[in-house]
Amino acid sequence: MEPLLRIEDLQVNFHTTQGVAQAVCGVNYHIDPGEVLGVVGESGSGKSVTALAVLGLVPHPGRIAGGRIRYRERDLLNLPAKELRKVRGDRISMIFQEPMISLNPAFTIENQLTEALRTHRSISKQEARNRAVEMLAMVDIPDPAKRIRDYPHHLSGGMRQRVMIAEALLLDPDVLLADEPTTALDVTVQASVLDLMRRLNERIGTAIMLITHNLGVVAESAKRVVVMYCGRVVEQGAVGEIFGNAAHPYTRGLLKSIPRPGGSELYEMKGIVPSILELPQGCPFHPRCPQAMPRCVREQPPWRELAAEHHALCWLYE
Amino acid sequence: MKQQTILEVKDLTKYFVVGRSIVSSGEVVKAVDGLSFDLFQGETLSFVGESGCGKSTTGRLVLRLIEATRGTVSYKGRDVAKLSGGELRKLRREMQIIFQDPWSSLNPRLTVGQIIGEGLRRNKELSQAERKRRVLEMMETVGLRPEQYGRHPHEFSGGQRQRLGIARALIVGPKLVVADEPLSALDVSVQAQVVNLLARLKREMGLSYLFISHDLAVVEHISDRIAVMYLGKLMELASKQAIYSGPRHPYTQALFSAAPTAEVGRPADRVILSGDVPSPLNPPPGCRFHTRCPHAQDDCRRLEPEFRPLESGHWVACHHPLARG
Repeated sequence: MEPLLRIEDLQVNFHTTQGVAQAVCGVNYHIDPGEVLGVVGESGSGKSVTALAVLGLVPHPGRIAGGRIRYRERDLLNLPAKELRKVRGDRISMIFQEPMISLNPAFTIENQLTEALRTHRSISKQEARNRAVEMLAMVDIPDPAKRIRDYPHHLSGGMRQRVMIAEALLLDPDVLLADEPTTALDVTVQASVLDLMRRLNERIGTAIMLITHNLGVVAESAKRVVVMYCGRVVEQGAVGEIFGNAAHPYTRGLLKSIPRPGGSELYEMKGIVPSILELPQGCPFHPRCPQAMPRCVREQPPWRELAAEHHALCWLYE
Repeated sequence: MKQQTILEVKDLTKYFVVGRSIVSSGEVVKAVDGLSFDLFQGETLSFVGESGCGKSTTGRLVLRLIEATRGTVSYKGRDVAKLSGGELRKLRREMQIIFQDPWSSLNPRLTVGQIIGEGLRRNKELSQAERKRRVLEMMETVGLRPEQYGRHPHEFSGGQRQRLGIARALIVGPKLVVADEPLSALDVSVQAQVVNLLARLKREMGLSYLFISHDLAVVEHISDRIAVMYLGKLMELASKQAIYSGPRHPYTQALFSAAPTAEVGRPADRVILSGDVPSPLNPPPGCRFHTRCPHAQDDCRRLEPEFRPLESGHWVACHHPLARG
C-alpha cells in the first residue's frame, strides 16, 4: 500500500539568540490510509513541530531547513501557496491540546464551522449549516441544532474538543493530525473523546496521527507507534512490538518507568531530557543510556531494521 | 497494632462566593462539602477525582492555608482552627506542602540556599554555619548537588525544581506533607525519579502524605488508602487493594477504568461515562453523580446518599453500591 503521507529527512531549526536549535533532525516516518499512528515523546522531542511542519505552520523563529513532506505524490514543502491551501485544512487537518485557544471566542460555533466549509467548498449557507449540524451530531454533541448557536465559552472542555474534532472532520480529510488532543481533559472525558476518535476512524476511514506524551493513550489507540527523542525518531514499529518487545533503551526505559500497582521501586532513567540547544555528541540519548558504548559518544547511531516494520536508531543492533 | 491517627477531619466544608458585585450577591460554589476522614501515622492517603472536585481545596483546608466555612481539622488531637498565630506557626513546621507547579511556587530572586533555608530562619538558636550545614544535608537527601547552593531557580529543570520544593518543605522536619499534584508538570522519564524520592523520604523520615493527584497510575503505585471525590463530596474511601480489586461506587469504577494503561488495546471492562462533570455552581440534587451514573435509579435523583462504612474501613456514598469484586 502506498503511504498517504510521508515525511522524509525533515529538518527544522529554531534560530534563537543563543544559537541554532535543531528541533527536528532528519525525521522519517509515514502514515498509511485509514490507520491510527501514535507519535510519542517528551517535551522537546520534536513531535509537535514535525506535525506543524506538515501544515506549513512552524512558528517563528523556526525554519524548515531540509527534507520533503510527500502527500499523494506532491511535496508539500514546494507547493505554491494556493495549492497548499487546498490541502491544508481540507485534505489534512489538525486539532490541538487547548480547544479554547483554537476556537474564536467572538464567534458562534455555527460561524466557525460554516466558515471552513464555505471557504473550501462552494455551497450555500443552508447546506453548510446542515452539514455542520450533522457533524456535531456525529461527535456526540447533544441537541446539535441548538448548540450550534452557542459561543465557545458556553461549552465544557470536553464539548469544545468535540467541536474541534467536528470542525477538523467537516471536509472529510484524509488525515487528522491530533496534537495532545486529550491532555487538557479529565480522565473520564479523555476516555470518551478517544472512544469517539476510534469510532470515527473506523466509520469514515480518516487516518489519525495521535501525538502524545501519554504511553497509555497510544497503547490503547494506535496500530503503529513512532517514538521520538531530541528531534529524532529513535524507534518505530507495530504497537505490539513497541510495548512487548521494545528495542531502543529509551523506549524500554520509558515503559519501565510507568508506575504500576505494587509498591516496589520504579525504574529511574537517569538525568533529564537535554536542551535542544546543547545536544550531546553522537547519540543524543547516550548520557542517560544504561547500555552506552564508546562509539555512542562519538558517532550518530544507524537506523536498523530489527523485524518487519520494526526499526530502531541504535548502535546495539549493529 | 492499631494505627495511630495523626489527622482527624470532621464535616470539613468550604463555600466560595463568586461573582459578587454591587448588583448581585453572587453565587455559592460548594467546593468542599462535609468531608470526614482520618489520616494515619506513616500512611499515604491519596485524594483523586476530576478537575473541580475539591481535592486541592481539601489539602489547603487541612493546612489552614484557607479558612474552612464549617467543620474541624484536628492534628494530633488539637483543633487547628483554634490555634493562635504563634501556635499555628509552630504547627506549620509539622505540616508542609509541596506544590504542583515548580515554576510559580519558587521565588525567582532567591538562591537555592535561601529558598531551602527560609524555614530555618525563625529558629534563632541556629548559627549561620549550622543553618548552611543543614541546607546542604537536605540538598543531598533530595539529590541536589552542593555546588548548586548559590544558584537561582531558573537555572534548574522541572524535576530539579520539584526536588527544591521538596527540600524546602522537609527541612523543618514535618510529620505531615500535603503533596498537591507534585508530578504533573514533569516529563515521564523524570516523574519516576520524584516518585521514588517521595517514597524513600517517607520511609526514612516517618512522614505521612496527603497525596493529591489526577494520575491514577501514580496513585495506584504510591498509596496505602484512596479517597475518591466528586463535586466536593467523598464518594468512596478504602484501602488501595479494596479500591482496585472491587470498587463499590459506580463513579470509582468508571474513573479507574477510564485511566489508560500501558497494555495494548482498549480495556474490555471500560465504563464510558456520558457527559462532563456538572458545574459545581449548580450541582445536581440527590446524589451528585446521578446525571452520569449508569446505575442511577429514582431515589438517587431525590435523596443524597449518606457516606457510610459498608465493611470495616471501606466507606461509600451510594444508595446502590456495586457488589463486591
